Formats: sequence, C-alpha cells, structure tokens
Amino acid sequence: MDELTRRPAAPSDADDAAYSIQPGDAVELGRPVHVNRYTVGARINHWVTAISLILLAISGMALFHPSLFFLTGLFGGGQWTRTIHPWIGVVLFFSFAGLFLRFWKANLWRREDSAWVARPGDVLSGNEEKLPELGKYNAGQKMVFWGMSLLILVLIGSGVVIWEQYFGALTSIPQQRIALLVHASAAVAIICVWIVHVYAAIWVKGTMSAMTSGQVSGGWAWRHHRKWLRALVRRSGPPEKAPAE
Amino acid sequence: MFPPIPNPSTAAPQPARFGDADLHRRSASTLKAPLPLENEVAKLIDVSKCIGCKACQAACLEWNQLHEEVGTFNGSYTNPPDLTENSFTLMRFTEWVNPQTDNLEWLIRKDGCMHCADPGCLKSCPAPGAIVQYTNGIVDFDHDKCIGCGYCIKGCPFNIPRVSKVDHKAYKCTLCSDRVAVGQGPACQKACPTQAIVFGTKAEMKDWAEGRIKDLKSRGYSNAGLYDPPGVGGTHVMYVLQHADQPSIYAGLPDNPRISPIVEAWKGVTKYVGLGVMGFAALAGALHYMVSGANRVTPEDEENAEKLAEGKPVGHHGA
Repeated sequence: MDELTRRPAAPSDADDAAYSIQPGDAVELGRPVHVNRYTVGARINHWVTAISLILLAISGMALFHPSLFFLTGLFGGGQWTRTIHPWIGVVLFFSFAGLFLRFWKANLWRREDSAWVARPGDVLSGNEEKLPELGKYNAGQKMVFWGMSLLILVLIGSGVVIWEQYFGALTSIPQQRIALLVHASAAVAIICVWIVHVYAAIWVKGTMSAMTSGQVSGGWAWRHHRKWLRALVRRSGPPEKAPAE
Repeated sequence: MFPPIPNPSTAAPQPARFGDADLHRRSASTLKAPLPLENEVAKLIDVSKCIGCKACQAACLEWNQLHEEVGTFNGSYTNPPDLTENSFTLMRFTEWVNPQTDNLEWLIRKDGCMHCADPGCLKSCPAPGAIVQYTNGIVDFDHDKCIGCGYCIKGCPFNIPRVSKVDHKAYKCTLCSDRVAVGQGPACQKACPTQAIVFGTKAEMKDWAEGRIKDLKSRGYSNAGLYDPPGVGGTHVMYVLQHADQPSIYAGLPDNPRISPIVEAWKGVTKYVGLGVMGFAALAGALHYMVSGANRVTPEDEENAEKLAEGKPVGHHGA
C-alpha cells in the first residue's frame, strides 16, 4: 500500500483538503514533479487586478499626501488622475469579483489554519515541518484574501460616495467627509495587505511561477501545501506505470 | 453713509497691490516664508439694510462674465435655488416669524464664500497651489491648478464651492481679488444700492458694524450683532445680523462654524500615520528577509513530492 494509508494523520485528511482543489489544479508526473496551480484565466484575472491595484495605489497616494502629488504626472496630470482613479477602481472591483468567485471556497477557514496562526514564530522562521499540513492556501494567504475582499468592498463603497463627478449630489457633505476618512484609511490598510502579499511571494522562493507559468514544483507544493498535494495525488490515483518512460 | 470707494483713475495703470508674492497660505504646499496676515480686507454685509434686489447677484455674474441657466420657480424668491459654479453669490430669502413679537421678518442673506482666516477648502485641497490665501485674507482658487476632486467642498464649513460639470474645476467667490488688487471694491459692493454691502479693511468694517449694531439695538433689536465666527479664525466676509444670537435662522448660516474634526483627522494625523504605517510594512519585510533569508524548497522536498506522486513510500511528516 502507498504511504497515504500508512501515515499517522487521520485517514480523512486528504479528503479534507479536497475543498481547496480548484479547477485546473493537477499533478504532472515527472522529475521533478510539476503541479498546475493556476489556469491561464485565473492568471489573467490576477494580473488585471494586480495592475489595477498598483495604478490605484499610485494615483490614490498622489492625492493623499502633497509630497506624492508629483505622481499625478504618470497619469497625465491632476485632472487626469482625478478622472481615471475611480474608473480603475471599477475595473478592480469587477476583476477582483472574478478572483473572489474563483478562490473563495479554497480560502474558507479550517482548523489547521488556527493552529498555523498560533505558531507565528515557526511561520516567520519558515519551520514548516513544525506546522500543520495545509491545503491550497495557508492562513496568511487566507487572511490576505479575506482582507482584500473586505477592504475592496469598503473602498468601492466609500469611493462611490466621494466620486464627485457622478455621485456628488447623492450624499450629504458630512457623509462624504466620513467616506473620505474611511477611504483613505482603508487604502492604507489595503496597501499594507498588498505589501504582505508581495513580500510573501518574494520570500517564499518558487511562488512567482504560480502566477506566471501557472505551475509550481512538486517540492514547493510538498513543502508549503502538502495536504493539497496529497489530495491532488489521491484524486488522480496511483500511476499505472513509472512515469517519464 | 460709508464713504464710497472712488472710481478707478484714468491715469496709467498702477501695479497690482498684491499678487502671488503675497501668500499667507498655499494648498498642499509648505511655504518657505509664509507672510503674516496684514492689512486684512473685509466685506461687511448688513442683512438689516438689504432690500433683496439681487443687484449684487447680477453684478457678480456680469463682472465674472458668467451666465446662469434660466431656472424654474420653486416657491421662493431665492433664485437659482442654490449656489452654482456660475452664481458665486446668492440671495437667500427666509420668512421668519419672530416668536417674541409675532411679526413676520423677511431675512435676506447674501450667501457666498466667507473667506475664512482658517480656510477648510485650502486645507483639504490636494493640488499644490490650487487654493491660496493672500496676506490680505482673500482665499482664491487658481483654476489652472484645480483638479476637480471636490475636496474643497468637503472641507468648507459653509458649503460654498461648486465643481463645474463643464470644465470640472471648483468655483466660488473670489472677493473680486482682481478688482481689489487695483484698489476697487468687489462688484457686488459697487452695485449695492443701499450700502448693505460695504468694503474696506477688516478694522474699518468692524468699526462700521459697531455703529450699525448700536443703531439696530436702539430700534429694539437687542440681539443685533456681528457675525465673525471665531471657530474659523474669523472671516473676511462678515454679516451684521438683527438676531446674531441665532445665525441659523438666516437660511442655515452655521451657528458655530469650524473645520469638521473628520476633515482635520483626514488631513492631519491620517496623512502622517498612513505614510508611516505603509513605510513600516515595507521596512518590516526588508528586515525579515535580512534576518531569516529566503524560504527555499530543498532537494528533499522535490524527492518527497516525486515519491508521493509515484505512489512510493515517503518519510513521515515531521518525523
């Protein structure tokens, strides 16, 4: 029998990670093993969102602090920056909605996520052998996902209230003042979440290819998302023959 | 009668009395040497002398070469119903029954920019130099620099600026800074047939107001007074009110105007804390990388993955 039935974890463990398998996720046998993590649709969706978020951060910060006003030059001046920023926000909102529909299920909170969060020292030191086996996403990624989801809702909501050109007449000035403060604060928060997201991708080597070629190495999946890898292997069943022959 | 400002001379044009070199404040900018407010000017609007003729409204449109849309009747003499990007000033008519005398009083207030000493519009503006405050106290918009965001509207305690739907720039009363610069009074003041609007230095206007208030008190308006609200540091447009104890009866003139604390928080602490927090997050990442190094996949990880995929036994997790 293979090791799946002999390992000490509960037998339902691999099935338990099935929730985090998404369309297109698959193991490609070979040496090394490759794992398909993101479909081309998911990657395009991600990068449209990413570019929108970066443009929004730059144009937003230009209007947030006078020392950054020069950044409006990247958008063709202050009037253009003011015009284009909310429209990019609309693009981001719908683009992220696509990501949300793709990823929400795999980002549902699990028992092992609480255990993972309870050991921040091992997380930050990369001692993953001391952490529970994880599905497609770890608790940090899930917090980024839910943080982004919540903050984007807050930002689009407050953003519409202060979109003077089309919606300025729909709300009172005191409401718009609150919206401005909420929008600025949420923007600071989402930029921090974005920094965590980007930094994690830089720190954990082998991650970037998931969003470029769509694949990660088997070793990467083994190291960081073993439960997901096990579930993928189990789903595809044991190979008939030795591979790569 | 307040001595009228003489007509302009036909002699060779005089140099402007103030300009871009005389700034007390500049939006989204740190002035190297901000000049103090001095020789402050003020417009005094004596509500008790206003007859509601709207000559000031017409003169304002004419001087600024603007046109107002032909509107509709809304049950009030107030026309247009609100300030617009064209109507920098507006006569607001209120029919008020004085509870003490049971008399109907027709309160007519000329609404428009108050030219606050502590201008909320200027403090909210994100575009460097789009709003300036001259040393004489006039708060003026520089439309070449305006980006049309409408932050000034949120910053203003009096709900004055309006963003044009045509050129997407904010407009409001300039206190006729172009006329004042050549020694003239504002167009509205020039047009007023009853001297309900007078213009001069702020000190002169306060003196003049004092006489007017004394007169009103002698006529039974015991609460007559000057509206120069301290919450915004005083204003460079002041009102003489018959009932200065309750400014809000004059079509919602704020009783205690001040820059909203939400606006102060947004433009104050949020600006610095926000940049600080974002900077800290980036710095923490850099430090973490330096301390713990990259998190790399090992050859054993790859081997284990291959074994797992091929259905071969793998060393136990954590063993």
